[in-house]
Amino acid sequence: MRGQIASQAFLIVASVLWILPILFALYVAVRPYSDTSKYGYVSMPHHLTFQNFRDAWSQSDMPHFFWNSVLITVPAVVIVLALAAGVAFVLVRVNVKINVALLIVFTAGNLLPQQVIITPLYRIYLKIPLPHFLADSGLMYNSIFGLIVINVSFQLGFCVFVLSNYMKSIPGEMYEAALVDGASLWTRFWRLTVPLCRPALAALATLLTTWIYNDFFWAITLMSSGDKRPVTSALANLQGQFVSNQNLIAAAAMIAAIPTLVVYLCLQRQFIAGLSLGSSKG
Amino acid sequence: MSATSQGRTPAAVSDKPEDLKSPVRRRRRRLRTMTARDRIVVALLLGIPLLLDLAFVWFPAIGTILLSFTKWNGVGSLHEKTCKPNMPSILNNGCWYGVQNYHQAATIYPEFWPAVRHNLIWLAVFVVIATPLGMLFAVLLDRGLRGTRIYQSLLFLPVMLSLALIGIIWEFVYSQNYGLINTVIGRNGNDNAIDWLGNPHLNLWAVLLEATWRQAGYVMILYLAGLKAVDPTLREAALMDGANPWQTFWRVIFPVMKPINIVIMVVTVIESLRAFDLVYITNKGINGLELLSVLVTSNIVGETQRVGFGSALGVVLLVISLVPITIFLYQTFRREDTP
Repeated sequence: MRGQIASQAFLIVASVLWILPILFALYVAVRPYSDTSKYGYVSMPHHLTFQNFRDAWSQSDMPHFFWNSVLITVPAVVIVLALAAGVAFVLVRVNVKINVALLIVFTAGNLLPQQVIITPLYRIYLKIPLPHFLADSGLMYNSIFGLIVINVSFQLGFCVFVLSNYMKSIPGEMYEAALVDGASLWTRFWRLTVPLCRPALAALATLLTTWIYNDFFWAITLMSSGDKRPVTSALANLQGQFVSNQNLIAAAAMIAAIPTLVVYLCLQRQFIAGLSLGSSKG
Repeated sequence: MSATSQGRTPAAVSDKPEDLKSPVRRRRRRLRTMTARDRIVVALLLGIPLLLDLAFVWFPAIGTILLSFTKWNGVGSLHEKTCKPNMPSILNNGCWYGVQNYHQAATIYPEFWPAVRHNLIWLAVFVVIATPLGMLFAVLLDRGLRGTRIYQSLLFLPVMLSLALIGIIWEFVYSQNYGLINTVIGRNGNDNAIDWLGNPHLNLWAVLLEATWRQAGYVMILYLAGLKAVDPTLREAALMDGANPWQTFWRVIFPVMKPINIVIMVVTVIESLRAFDLVYITNKGINGLELLSVLVTSNIVGETQRVGFGSALGVVLLVISLVPITIFLYQTFRREDTP
């Protein structure tokens, strides 16, 4: 009983500490600049307003940066899941002689720190030309297409690892039955395996959405012009732009956080399932 | 890769001696027999992603190693000639430099050892504070107290935010003039103001608090998943044997969670080596916040590009990260390799 009360007290204190920085930033965001400059940031509210959100949205081109994020995140998530499902299926269900070695290649690739590969990657991106309908820079470098490619390539490893673990749990009898019915390899993949993997795919999709949306490193190293960057890295520029008005920065930061928070609140179960899929079966 | 699966004839696929009496063997055989179309499908399903992975992850990783032995400013071409020791840098471009980059990093590059030290401190804080804290959260939440869902959501919230955003949010806490901490302790806007993020003796610890704030939630979720998977009968058995909760945890639960402990160990090391966003958004990773990841980046995308030198720093990072990666791969795939 005493232990229970102590645990509750500890968790309450921890939760308050954990939410405090976010609440404080939110509080800064809903107060007008005049108010905070007069009374200080840590003071009782005199006025509360959503004007900072409106201003941040309209003055900093945020819709444009959000659109960039959508253009990168949605294709990247769809492509990486499609490709990873194919690889995992082949490695689990087709007897490729070196399947364990291949699985290791994919898994290890995802564990490398990004900075280990950035130097040559940066040079490669400057060398690969792209047709103009894909990138107006004419190069992989500084193009949305380039960011999709690296996000897909880098996240492939994790998805292959998780999906192959998941596919191993699908009973072999189902495949034998499909074979008796004369199902081709493609049918066994697309009509049997993919639908059965739907829970894992949903979990991975939520996880990947937040990871790719939150990406900062690829966007600032592989993109030179700020106006093509996704919203997370564009925030760094906004910080310089609004340096005299912290209330606007707070509002912009809160707006940028909304998509991942919505993903988390709506798809909490999938999200957590995704994280645990990658761990408990390891 | 695709060639090996494509170029195999059906006869070669079923090369094992046939034992028609055994139904298992027969089924195996049938699974392995593929039509030409099946083989093309396999080649495509495996080939395209493998090509991407090799081209944009592994080729650059090997490229980093090769470039680290050269001296190159990124302009002009690389060649095989050895760098001449007493020539001006501009004439010595794209040449073979041996281990000189590593030597320079360790001896005359002023940021190298501070960066290594900061990375080690980062790792130590994650190991000693963030990970045990996350585990403690998980163990307490796993007891199913009232309000568990709410606590879990709040403690996990920071993991959802990008590290860049976390840097911005915490600036409101740390700011010298208007920050929450300085205002509460009455030291804002005067000569006594503490510059949490600007003072090179303080800022690493300030940023590490932000990093821990996020990392603990991450460890918590991974550990909660592990705890949920523990067979409840183990706990009952320990209770029957008269073990207290402490003994039950350390002697029974903790040992059976070996897979999750390895995952958490890997996540801890990798995340501390990858650390970049927080220090970059805080003050571009200089003035007390140097990390290896920042040095790699600043040497290749800065104005003076030292590609070879930046790569050498990248290789240092690679070598360190190979330790946890190898342990993880060994633990995970050891059973599959020996059927």
